[in-house]
Amino acid sequence: MGGIKSIIKKELADHFSSYRFTIIFALIAMVSLVTAYMVGLNIKQELEGVAKPRFIFLMLFTSTGTLFSLVQFVAFFGPLVGLILGFDTINREKNAGTLSKLLSQPIYRDVVINGKFLAGVAMISIMVVSIVLVITGLGFLTIGIIPGMEELWRIFIYLIISIIYISFWLGVAILFSILFRSTATSALASLAVWIFFSFFISLGANVLANALAAESSDASTEAFVQQAKIVKAFSLISPMELYTDATATIIDPMRKSTRSIVSVGPLENLSMSRFSGPLPLAQSILVVVPYIISLVAITIICFAISYTVFMRQEIRSM
Amino acid sequence: MSTEAIIETQDLTKIYSGQAAVEKLSFAVHRGEIFGFLGPNGAGKTTTLLMLLGLTEPTSGRARVLGLDPARDPIKVKSKIGYLQENMGFYLDLNAKQMLGFVGELNNVTGDEARKRIENALQMVGLIDEAQKKIGAYSRGMRQRLGIAELLIKEPEVAFLDEPTLGLDPDATNRMIELIQRLCRDKQMTILLSSHLLPQVQKICHRVGIMIKGQMVAQGEMDQLAKEKLGVGQEKYTLEEIYMKYFQEA
Repeated sequence: MGGIKSIIKKELADHFSSYRFTIIFALIAMVSLVTAYMVGLNIKQELEGVAKPRFIFLMLFTSTGTLFSLVQFVAFFGPLVGLILGFDTINREKNAGTLSKLLSQPIYRDVVINGKFLAGVAMISIMVVSIVLVITGLGFLTIGIIPGMEELWRIFIYLIISIIYISFWLGVAILFSILFRSTATSALASLAVWIFFSFFISLGANVLANALAAESSDASTEAFVQQAKIVKAFSLISPMELYTDATATIIDPMRKSTRSIVSVGPLENLSMSRFSGPLPLAQSILVVVPYIISLVAITIICFAISYTVFMRQEIRSM
Repeated sequence: MSTEAIIETQDLTKIYSGQAAVEKLSFAVHRGEIFGFLGPNGAGKTTTLLMLLGLTEPTSGRARVLGLDPARDPIKVKSKIGYLQENMGFYLDLNAKQMLGFVGELNNVTGDEARKRIENALQMVGLIDEAQKKIGAYSRGMRQRLGIAELLIKEPEVAFLDEPTLGLDPDATNRMIELIQRLCRDKQMTILLSSHLLPQVQKICHRVGIMIKGQMVAQGEMDQLAKEKLGVGQEKYTLEEIYMKYFQEA
């Protein structure tokens, strides 16, 4: 069946010609350009006269300029891209009366949803890859460094994780577009989920940890560690945390664990990272594999729910 | 016209959340005829069409379309039936050629064959001069005709037309009715036509079925139904009289 190819082709054409896509792409391109440029200048200044540290190229993505680093930016706004691409996937066609037309053609029903999801993933990949390429180019210009092989690998893995992460949000949006008939409702519902995970989970994690292992001034180290563990376990519900943890070690080889329990001052932090050696690539991958698997798993679960709901819906209600 | 049954149902039943939309429906459509599928709104006509297309599974009973079971073989059935749905939607930012090209691709009709079929279909429905216009700029009548062109791309043996004349002005209605007649005559299509325009149905249909509250209360040739319901000797009857008689009884 050539059905899925034509659906993907049509979806891609729709995305490329839509104002929506142009606007978010312009926005993201602008932010990443500005961030990369600022960070580049920053790095250049700081490294004046200092011996060149390793993985300078990766710092383009991780060091915060005036606002935030690019990695933080993708973690926070990447979901929005996925949501915007997907929130009206199915209900728009339902409302326009074109869905039943599609389904009365000789194609399987899952071809429609698979094609739309894959087209979205393709869009996300194009977006993420082009942003990273732009930043790489700017890095050449502003600091004049050429990335090494290992750095390129790390960027590649980072790209893959980012695409999976944003695709998860695309899946969430598609699910809502199946569940709700009105596009406004599905947009709102997906935004609500995004806000919940980005702001409330970390808050909730702290509250929960406080409730389970009360913090007091004379707390023992064990209690402190216990509390930190609860916070961490709970915040892993959030795909954002999963993503941040998964990318942190990949893109920042100086980090040994995904997150330090004991907080240290910025100066201490700096000296620690200056004198410690980087984690080899293979080890970094080993550290983040569980996070990547979890990300893939929640994406698949989300898509599977959409799939089942969509396959069971009665055409009459379409 | 032969009496070979091309669509056949036996006790076809569909229950939506406890309520029967279609109840023990048995009827047959013969090859090459235009079958008028009549009934008030909500009588279950569209549900029946969906079941015949394999878009909805019947709760019980069975249907056979072109010798196939739509519940088992929906893809094959859908590739052989052209369906013009009620209140059909279009991708408004495509033009007619792109829309037909897309439908062709979904039906595995591509390349030169697709170009030929698109050209012929546009010619037949009289949209060849407007082929480059966006569908968003089409009038309702033009859209309905484009819908017919879409189903012609498949070159189907059977067409289900669900309210093809709904909301059309008199001129557009006449063009549509004439087009439907030509589909049957020139393309040898078997047509299942659901409509409320009884005079037009009377003019072009060979046989009719009247469906009320999920049940087929009558089916057959109009002369015969007139005899049964209006009494012998009624030479000049209208389909409307027959229809209203059944409707009041139900």
